[in-house]
Order: sequence, then C-alpha cells, then structure tokens
Amino acid sequence: MLAGAHGPAVQRAMEMVVALARIYGAHGLVEIKSAQVAGVSYANIGDSGLAFLSHWADEGAKVRAPALLNPAGMDLQAWREMGVPEDFAAKQLALVQVYARMGVKATCTCAPYLLPTNPLPALGDHLAWSESSAVVYANSVLGARTNREGGPGALAAAIVGRTGNYGLHLDDARQPSESWLVTAPLPSDADWGALGIAIGRASRGVPYIRLQGPPVASADASATADHLRLFGAAAAAAGSMSLFHMEGVTAEARAGQVRPPDTEQAIISALDEVYASLNSPIEHLDLVAIGCPHASLAQLEEVARFLGGRHVATPLWLMASRAILGQAQARGLAEVLAASGARLLADTCVVVAPLKLMGIRSVATNSAKAAFYLPGHQGAAVRFGPLERCLEAALCGSWR
Amino acid sequence: MTIVLTGRVIKAGRACGRALVSPAPIGFLGGVDPQTGLIREPGHPLEGQSLAGRVLVFPYGKGSTVGSYVIYSLACNGVAPAGMLLAECEPIVALGAIMAGIPTLDKLDIAQVQSGDWVCIEGDRIEVERG
Repeated sequence: MLAGAHGPAVQRAMEMVVALARIYGAHGLVEIKSAQVAGVSYANIGDSGLAFLSHWADEGAKVRAPALLNPAGMDLQAWREMGVPEDFAAKQLALVQVYARMGVKATCTCAPYLLPTNPLPALGDHLAWSESSAVVYANSVLGARTNREGGPGALAAAIVGRTGNYGLHLDDARQPSESWLVTAPLPSDADWGALGIAIGRASRGVPYIRLQGPPVASADASATADHLRLFGAAAAAAGSMSLFHMEGVTAEARAGQVRPPDTEQAIISALDEVYASLNSPIEHLDLVAIGCPHASLAQLEEVARFLGGRHVATPLWLMASRAILGQAQARGLAEVLAASGARLLADTCVVVAPLKLMGIRSVATNSAKAAFYLPGHQGAAVRFGPLERCLEAALCGSWR
Repeated sequence: MTIVLTGRVIKAGRACGRALVSPAPIGFLGGVDPQTGLIREPGHPLEGQSLAGRVLVFPYGKGSTVGSYVIYSLACNGVAPAGMLLAECEPIVALGAIMAGIPTLDKLDIAQVQSGDWVCIEGDRIEVERG
C-alpha cells in the first residue's frame, strides 16, 4: 500500500496512517472493525476540507473497513425548515456526497453505537473513531479500543483498514491511574453530565470511579446507558477524557480486567459549582435542545411522556440519528412529538449547526457537553438543567 | 559553508528552497492565508511574510486540526512551502504535508538553519548552504 501498488489514494492513506503511527511511537498497525469520521460539518472544515476530500475521492479513495460519519451542519433533508441558508446547504450536501463516494455511510451521528444496522463494538475490538463522546463510550462502556482519531486520520484508517497500535489500543494505557469516589446524589440526567464536567476537568489520566449509593447496574438498563452517555460526553468535552472505568458498571471493570489504583481517592460530594459555571442568568430562550449526544429511542419516549400532548412555546429541537428517528416514526412516536411542536432533527446537532446564521443566541439544554461548548463555539448563552426543567421551559416559553 | 542534517521522514520527497525560519510555532487555520501563503497571525514573528516556495523551518504546529486542510489549500493555490523542517511534527502538520505532497522532516536541530539559507531535502538528509 505504501509503495503505491493499490493506487495513489491508498498510498496517501497509508502514508497518513504510518506517519501518525510513527509520531505516536506505535507498535505496528492493528486491523480495525470500524471507523467513525469527524470533520463533516461544512462550518468546521470549510472549502479547504471539501477541496481535499474531493481530490481524494477523485483519486479513487474507498474505505475497506465499515465507516460512519459524524453529524453534519444541518439536517440533510429538512435543512430549509431548519432555516439553514441555501449556499451553506449546497456546500454541506456536496461534502456528504464526497464522503459517500468513498463508501462512508452518511449515518451523520455522534452516537454510532445506537445504530440498529451496525454491529455494536465488542470488548477488545479495535476501532478508529473520532467523535469524542463516541470514543469515550466505546472505550469505557463497551470496552472496545480506540484513540480519539482526527477526522482525516480516521478516514485514512478506514481506507487501509488499519490504524497505529498505540495509546488506548494497548493494555497498559487502559489501566486506571486515579481514584474517584462520588458521594453526590445523581437523581437527574443533568447530574450525570455535571459529574462528567467535574471529573473531566480535574482528571489527568484514566479515572476509576466508585459511586456511593445503589449500584447503577441495578437500575433500568437503557436509562443507565443514557446517563453514561451524558457523563462521558461531558467528561470528554471538559478534559479530553477518552476512557473511564466505573466499578460494577463499565466493561473492563465488570470483566475484572482493571484494578482500582492505590492512589489517594478524590471525592465529589456536590455539583453546585458545575451548575453555576454552565448557567447564564437568562430567562428568554431562542431554543431548547435535547439530544447531545444524539438521543436514544428511550429518551425520545421520555420527552413524549413529559409533554403529554401539550404544545411548546419555544422551539424545541430533538436531535437524533436518522435511524433512531425512523424507529420513532415506525412507532408513531415522531407524530406525537411533532404534534407538540417539537422539531425532530436528524444528521446534525446544536453544537455543529450554524446557529449564528440562524439567529439563535440563547439555548436551554440537558446536555452538559452542549452547555460547555455553546458559549465558546456558537456565542450562545446557556441554561443547563434536567430534561424535565428544559421541557418545562419549552412549554412556558422561558427559563424559571 | 554546507551543513548536513538528518531527520525523521514525515513525508518523503525532494525539495529545495530558501529557508524561512520561524522561532514560534505556526497555526495554519487562521494563521496563514490559504490564497496568498502570507502569515497573518497578529504578532507572529513572521507576520506578513510569504511561505510560498520556501523551506519552512519551525518548532511545531499548533491550533485547529483543520490546519491540515489549509496546508492542502496552499498547495492547490500554488503558494505552499517547498518543504518543511520541524523540531517535533504533530499530526496536524504531518497530515497536511501528506495531503499536500510537501517533503517534510522532523526530529532535527532547527537552530542549525537560518532564514535565507539554501536548503535541499532528499530522503532523510538535509543540505544547508550558507553564503
């Protein structure tokens, strides 16, 4: 591949994989089960990115390993209804088209582990994923092995079917290096995200986390998984965490592959300070956004239950993959949510959509990750709280 | 006077050009104009200088990962550096160099090179001619 026998596109991909492997001191290359490619929003990679990817596709680049896309800057079908400008939409569609030419599936989700059509990564599987919240979920909850790959690196890995064997692909780097005890109660989904911010900000390695109180695994399984998603996404955003172990909960902790470290235990007894740091004192809301990371079917059902047919006064975005929205449609759930005035958005999210162009300046969300990114990335003021409180705000038109 | 250096190959190839040495790291997204090749980061030691056709010598890259694509755009617009020499190459510059086909080496003593030196890169070998 490196010598060019498979053509210039493969040669280039192999050069990229080998260069990264060298820089990181990899022990050779490993075969990957799948790749997940970031760098899909036109707002992010711009004309330079579109130009390079088009060139690579023209050279004949095709993925060998199954490859999935991260969210784009808009719903690829309902972008007009979203209020996305025409010229942005044209570029965004062209970009997704280029990825499709290379064989990357336009799943456009940050939660590829929820896709019904794609096999769930298993304990020990090597992956080349790039979305930070998906990386931390795959490593921690599923026990698969991936570094946080850059967009081009993940695509190159997909094209050659391999990535460098370094970092979290190796046993040693996966052992916990610090010990945490959480005594703060975690009654709401937002508390899990806030905990992610708290640990993500302070962590310098691989945390081993014990929860005081009832073991999480005994609770409703899908709710637990959704809480772990909110936790990991926030931790990855606040501190680039790519792996955590939680006693009795995460894959390698359950499999007995990791031991709690001997280090002194850090204790988290309250989350007030995190809430204070993520909230702006605003009442008016341009938008309420749920689904960062992309919502599961269970989360959409919870929204429908809470709304109970009542109509929202503030725009409410429910963000999920097209596949999950398809399931919601098949169950009649999408219709119920739409009747309440909610907008179901596929392929995109509040973090990557061009909010400024759309005139959105204030957002309420139950996602600590979104609350962490929105002020800096999108210039939006944020209210962060539990799902119920966000939906209440959507119904009455302001944060109370 | 000729100085010979060796480095680690990030992107293999041959290139010659006048050295442009930056004592500070370079962030390509926002820091370099992809149309003109001019360094436009306010306060950067090379602000206002063009890296087109030069052998760009700098400690390491910084900033957004989209910088890789910016390096590719420089090449498309004919204003890319002829080669790059770094103390420590990180992924942004490495991938950009490969995308753009710019011969690039790292792990070398960049203090040995001065702006204006005539530099030729071939394989892992660098020849620096001064005066």
